[in-house]
Amino acid sequence: MNIMQIVGLALIASIIAIFLRQTNSPVNAMLISVLVGIIIFISILKDIAYVLAALDQLAHKAQVNQLYLGTILKIIGIAYVAEFGAQVCRDAGESAIASRVEFAAKIMVLVLAIPILVAVLETIIRLLP
Amino acid sequence: MFSLAEAGIIFRIASIAIIISVFYTFLKQAGRDEYAYMILLAGLAVVLTMVIPQIMELFQAVERVFSLY
Repeated sequence: MNIMQIVGLALIASIIAIFLRQTNSPVNAMLISVLVGIIIFISILKDIAYVLAALDQLAHKAQVNQLYLGTILKIIGIAYVAEFGAQVCRDAGESAIASRVEFAAKIMVLVLAIPILVAVLETIIRLLP
Repeated sequence: MFSLAEAGIIFRIASIAIIISVFYTFLKQAGRDEYAYMILLAGLAVVLTMVIPQIMELFQAVERVFSLY
């Protein structure tokens, strides 16, 4: 999946989107931009899976606790989807909704990070004399 | 799966949208404003039925990769 195809597709789709936006159908323009985002992500999925598998192996060798890697992956996933949604809403001109989505994503990431925070604090307290 | 074959869906939606806007302006000139508005709605419905499965597929892919279940 080389970069040329991705950039070519993105350019063509944005040209089509601009054209549709002028000929009184901005809704379809937005739908096309959403679609391009989806197609590019799915086409790059194999590489993401490969990187994550490599990370998994490294964590396994280093005996890192599975919880930490899993939480990090979840946080990355939430961040990606929230960014995707917020950007689409912002493109459609609804920046208020976009900031709501980002706010919710921050809270969810915080909720996921709490157990790790607690674990770190406990180890620190145990180190103190 | 090699998903750039899905790029065809973009051009399908583009063609639908162009046809609809042509019909829209044509019907508007012919003075049939309500039909023009109806064809916009019909076009939107068709395009949405094509886009929503793709969005669902994206969310499922993200769930699978980042184990977000």
